[in-house]
Amino acid sequence: MIEIENVRKSFGALEVLKGIDLTVRKGEVVTIIGGSGSGKSTLLTCINGLEPIDSGRIVVDGTEVHAKATDLNKLRRRIGIVFQQWNAFPHLTVLENVMLAQVKVLKRSKPEAEAEAVKQLNHVGLGDKLKVFPSRLSGGQQQRMAIARALAMSPDYMLFDEVTSALDPQLVGEVLDTLRMLAREGMTMICVTHEMKFAREVSDRVAFFHKGVMAEIAPPEQLFGAPQNPELQKFLSATH
Amino acid sequence: MFNYTFQWKQALARLPQMLDGALVTMQIAILSMAIGILLAVLLTMFRLSGLRLLSAIARTWVEIARNTPALFQIYMAHFGLGSFGLHLSPFASILLGITFNNAGYLTENFRGALKAIPETQTRAARSLGFGQGGAFRYIVLPQMLRIAFLPMTNQMVWAILMTSLGVTVGMNSDLYGVTQDLNALTFRTFELFALAAVIFYLITKVITLGARLIAARLFRY
Repeated sequence: MIEIENVRKSFGALEVLKGIDLTVRKGEVVTIIGGSGSGKSTLLTCINGLEPIDSGRIVVDGTEVHAKATDLNKLRRRIGIVFQQWNAFPHLTVLENVMLAQVKVLKRSKPEAEAEAVKQLNHVGLGDKLKVFPSRLSGGQQQRMAIARALAMSPDYMLFDEVTSALDPQLVGEVLDTLRMLAREGMTMICVTHEMKFAREVSDRVAFFHKGVMAEIAPPEQLFGAPQNPELQKFLSATH
Repeated sequence: MFNYTFQWKQALARLPQMLDGALVTMQIAILSMAIGILLAVLLTMFRLSGLRLLSAIARTWVEIARNTPALFQIYMAHFGLGSFGLHLSPFASILLGITFNNAGYLTENFRGALKAIPETQTRAARSLGFGQGGAFRYIVLPQMLRIAFLPMTNQMVWAILMTSLGVTVGMNSDLYGVTQDLNALTFRTFELFALAAVIFYLITKVITLGARLIAARLFRY
C-alpha cells in the first residue's frame, strides 16, 4: 500500500504539490491526469524518493520513503518507475539492459537474471531483440524495454510517468497495450498520462491534478461521466 | 655549403639498440597511460563528489598539468622532488612526470565526455536501485570512456612523444636517450635522429590504427 499524506513540495518559490493525500491499495490502478505543471510527475518522483519533499509523508508498505533511516536503494527495488524519456542504456544490448540491475543490485546469478530478462522481454514483445543495441530500436520498443527492465526487478509497484508522451503517435498503441496487460495481471500501478481513453479503460480510480492540488478523484465512469470540479470540466472539454 | 656525406649504414647498424630503446619508450607510455587513466577516473570522481577539498585537488591538478610545460612537470618530478630529498631514478621521474600530465589532460577530456551523457541516465540507474557509485561505474563510466576514447588515443601518442623529454633528467635507455648517446659516439647526427623520427612515427601510427581496431571491437553500439 502506498500512503501519501499531506505532501508538500516546492521548487524555489514555486509550490508544485500543495498538500496531496492519496492512498493506493495493492492491486489498484490509479491514473493521474491534469495539465502540465500540475505536479503529477513530481509526485511520482517523490514516491520513489528521487525527489525530496518539504512536508507530509509518503509511506510504502510501512516504510516512510523520506525518513533519514530509509535505505532508498533498497526501497527503489520494490518500486519500478518508467519515465517519459525511455533512458535505455546505450552501451548495453537489450538483454544486458534488463539483466544489469538484477545482477548488480539484486545479486541474482547471471543465468537467473538472463532467464528473468528473457521472460520479461518476451512479455513486452521484444523476445526477438535480445542481442540488439537500443539504438536499433524504435522509441516504442525502447519504452517497452524500459518497462521490461523495471519489471525484471520484481517490483511490488510500478509508476509510469507519461510514458507515451515522447513517442510518435503510431507507437503509442504498443506501449499502452503493454500497460493494459500489466493492469489486467493485477500489477499495482500509478500512471501519469495524457491518454484519456486509456485512463478510462484501465483505472480503478482517476485523479485530476490542478495547480498542485488533487482537485478530484473518482472511479473513471464517475470522473469522466459526471465531473464535479469546474477545472476538471474545463480540462475534459478541452481534451475531448 | 652542403658537403655532408650520408652514412646510413652506420646508423642502421645501431638499429637494434634503438629498437630496444623504442621498447622502453613504449613501456613508459603504456604505464603512464594506464596509471593516468586510473588517476583521471579518480580525479573525475573527486570533481563529481561535491566535496570542496576533493574537487579543489582535482581542479589544481588539471590546471597545473594543462597550463605548464610538460618539461617543467618532468623537472619537478626529478629535481623538484630531489630538493626535498626524494631522489627518483630517471625512469621513475619521466614516468611520474608524464603520468601527471596524462592524468590532468584525461580528467579534462572526461569532463567533456560527461557533459555528453544525459543526467537522465543516472536517474534511470538510481531508480533501478543503483547507488551513486554503482550508477557511475556501470552506466556513466563505460559511456564516458567511449566518448573520450579518441582524445585518449591522442594522449597516448602525446605520451610516446613526451618520453623524448627524458634526456633532460638523465634518461638514456629510451628511444630518444639511446639515439642521443649513439650520436655522441658516432656523430651521425642526421641519420640517427632521422631514423629515430621514423621509429617514433611508426609507433604512433601503430597506436592510432590499433586504437581504431579496439574501438571497432569494443564499441559495437
